[in-house]
Amino acid sequence: MSIEIKTATLEPVRNTFAHIERRFGDKPATRYQEATYDVQSEKYFHYRPLWQPEMELNDPRRTALVMEDWYAFKDPRQFYYGTYVQQRAKMQEVAESNYAFFEKRDLKRLLSDDLQQKVIRYLVPLRHFEHTANLNNMYGSSQGYGTAITQALLYDGMDRLGIAQYLSRIGLILDGNSGDALGEAKSYWMSEEIWQGVRALCEETTVTKDWFELFIAQDVVMDALVYDLVYNQFDAWLADNGGQDISMLTEFMQLWNKDNTRWVDAVLKAAVAESAENKALLEGWVTTWKEKAVAALKPLAEEMLDAEAMDKAVAALDKRLTKAGLFK
Amino acid sequence: MAAKKLNIKDKYRLLTRDLDWEYSYADRKEAFPYEDFEGIKITDWSKWEDPFRLTMDTYWKYQAEKEKKLYAIFDAFAQNNAHMNVSDPRYVNAIKIFLTGVSPLEYQAYQGFAHTGRQFGGVGARVACQMQSLDELRHVQTQIHAMSHFNKFFDGFQEYSHMHDRVWYLSVPKSFFNDARTAGPFEFMIAIGFSFEYVLTNLLFVPFMSGAAHNGDMATVTFGFSAQSDEARHMTLGLEVIKFLLEQHEDNVEIVQKWIDKWFWRGSRLLTIVAMMMDYMLPNKVMSWKEAWEVYFEEAGGALFKDLARYGIRMPKYSEIIEKEKEHISHQAWWTFYTHGHAAGFHTWIPTDEELDWLSEKYPETFDKYYRPRWELAKEMEAKGERFYTKGLPQLCTTCQIPMLFTEMDDPTQTSYRDTTYNGERYHFCSDGCKDIFEDEPEKFVQSWLPVHQIFQGNCGGPDVGDILSDFYHMNVGTDNMDMKGSPDELRWKQWKGVA
Amino acid sequence: MSKVYIALQDNDESRYIVEAIEEDNPEVTVIHMPAMIRIENEGRLTVNRETVEEKMGRDWDVQELHVNLITLGGNVEEDDDSLSLHWNE
Repeated sequence: MSIEIKTATLEPVRNTFAHIERRFGDKPATRYQEATYDVQSEKYFHYRPLWQPEMELNDPRRTALVMEDWYAFKDPRQFYYGTYVQQRAKMQEVAESNYAFFEKRDLKRLLSDDLQQKVIRYLVPLRHFEHTANLNNMYGSSQGYGTAITQALLYDGMDRLGIAQYLSRIGLILDGNSGDALGEAKSYWMSEEIWQGVRALCEETTVTKDWFELFIAQDVVMDALVYDLVYNQFDAWLADNGGQDISMLTEFMQLWNKDNTRWVDAVLKAAVAESAENKALLEGWVTTWKEKAVAALKPLAEEMLDAEAMDKAVAALDKRLTKAGLFK
Repeated sequence: MAAKKLNIKDKYRLLTRDLDWEYSYADRKEAFPYEDFEGIKITDWSKWEDPFRLTMDTYWKYQAEKEKKLYAIFDAFAQNNAHMNVSDPRYVNAIKIFLTGVSPLEYQAYQGFAHTGRQFGGVGARVACQMQSLDELRHVQTQIHAMSHFNKFFDGFQEYSHMHDRVWYLSVPKSFFNDARTAGPFEFMIAIGFSFEYVLTNLLFVPFMSGAAHNGDMATVTFGFSAQSDEARHMTLGLEVIKFLLEQHEDNVEIVQKWIDKWFWRGSRLLTIVAMMMDYMLPNKVMSWKEAWEVYFEEAGGALFKDLARYGIRMPKYSEIIEKEKEHISHQAWWTFYTHGHAAGFHTWIPTDEELDWLSEKYPETFDKYYRPRWELAKEMEAKGERFYTKGLPQLCTTCQIPMLFTEMDDPTQTSYRDTTYNGERYHFCSDGCKDIFEDEPEKFVQSWLPVHQIFQGNCGGPDVGDILSDFYHMNVGTDNMDMKGSPDELRWKQWKGVA
Repeated sequence: MSKVYIALQDNDESRYIVEAIEEDNPEVTVIHMPAMIRIENEGRLTVNRETVEEKMGRDWDVQELHVNLITLGGNVEEDDDSLSLHWNE
């Protein structure tokens, strides 16, 4: 039973802002709605960017994707700044206690030299991959259109900086804060054969101009493959081979990936559902970047895991693509 | 082996600064294409000193703590109908200006710092900009949430986003940020990161917010001070940027000085509206605009420029004019809004006798001589039932887009007009400062979307002003605009308080 | 010599911080304004972790200062043990 007590003199004049009312009707709005919809300026810009004079300051034409309403990209997590930082603060609290526990109990002792070497060779260099993901999501946030997607891209970008910093801390735990493991991991990233495809692909993404294509390349394709290979398959391998404690240090990434995937899939689905033209465009981008990413990651997957690992990761990605409405 | 303890500086460097690498496969210039065109010379990004060393985990932790506190206050504010606690309903009009004029700038700041946070080639500078970008998004969203409750009980908030893109006086703040964001990344940093954040936002967020507290508005003071707690990081970034540019190459000094001249002038013009909010729209007074200006601009800014003198940087051009303006601009601006109160999205009024006396006391050199007589006249007309509204549309300055309301500082009875000709067209300005800015970049400023020109060209509907206000601006004519006296806001307030 | 300054939200935590600042920088001027406390000093001002910890009776991280900080003026130097402000002249 709900009782509503009304005081005649303190009746609100309206429930929410006019643009929110136009979208959702005359009723109290959520904080996500008020913080998100129609907040970005859309018209009557004063000057063209000196750095891109062919475009308006905020311009939907910075991608080939066409949306009738850019606010169709609702974030299923309904993150605005406040909910975003509070959610991440909870995750970091757990991570912090995991890292503290690992260091206090000196769990590194229990890892063989060979296992430590594997972590430095396969896991720690991913901090550079995460750094690229940071750049690419910032690109989308600054070039994209409509607060619904640009704010979520910003959160993703900052998350990736956080993950790069966690990966760096794993290196520092292994090298006793000397930075040697980070240096070694970087030298693999810069010159080991297994990493060169990934590095070349990362560099290529940072010169890609269409921001939604970049979202497909980074957040859909590359992330799906890398996270499955590393935080799912390699994690399982570590667990079977005496390295289960490493999972304490990558739990953040696993939780984060689950959270982020929910948003990525919702964006993809909305973009596909918009039009046949979008679907065709997205299929083209997915095909191109999947081909590149598979070729780039294969040497790493084979050495880190086995010959089947890449196919498993691709199968997981394909399942998500089908669910989003692509290739059918 | 016991791990050695890392100090905060080394730790931050290891966690962040080494993430980037020298490209081998793609052209790095293509990945960071906007660094050269402004003429700024960067020889070594690794010389960048991190202005603050907050890793993301710590950022989430502290920011979540701030947000938790802030939203607890918003909830309590709404549950207790705390809008009833403001000193006087006139006060609410100041925060209408805030939501329609300032909050959208926070959004543009988010976008601008996201851009530099992607485009700078040095990872240290990038990460600092990214964090500021995220903070700025926080500010716009917490402001919307703080005002959300006021919007339910007062008029003039409901179309803030639509209005910001269109309304004549809101093109002043909008064009200011559009100007900064359309500039190159280094100019943006000097414009917003340094000039605006380091010196000018203090005037809005410190004395004005203290004023909000003094007028019983807990929601606004809480978001204001909570936002300012991020601002301390932003100020440090602003100062680091300028020092970095000046230390990188001596050729940068002249470019940076030119930007300082431009953006301090533009900033002081923009703050005219804050001056008016401080002196006329806060029923309980904390300090006058002039006093705030002396503390936060002259004293704090003066110390800053003394510090920068060792690089060959001097005080911004026209500082001596700016110094004189503190005696005048709040009065000139409020008078302009009072006389154009039919076309504003908030209410205007004649100051009470007590307030007029306060202004006389705070502005002994100017108020009684130039401004009080106008208000005495307005009072007489109002008493006769002849509340005065100007019929015509004001002429706007092509650069700052403020109506021609400023006077010559040596003769406050004389409106200041300047003009220049470019490609056979004549352009009008409020000051030498604005004219200089135009003449330095005419191809940029001829693009200005001047609201009054647009109305005359038929681009905003009409032709009646009333139709433009209601159909193009989405103002509720007769409700959002006009005098505070007799407004629905005032009537409701009296009902709530049980006074006739 | 120019003044450096720091302003804090007027709340319980800040009161301990202000006490600590006053102890370590005896020359400072403390100004109370609605909802805020402004502290200024000629040339230099330092907030020491140890002193704040002593006043609060608990561990205190220098970066926690940011939770209650409103504004500051001066060049900032921050490390594990202190935050200080100064002007170069």
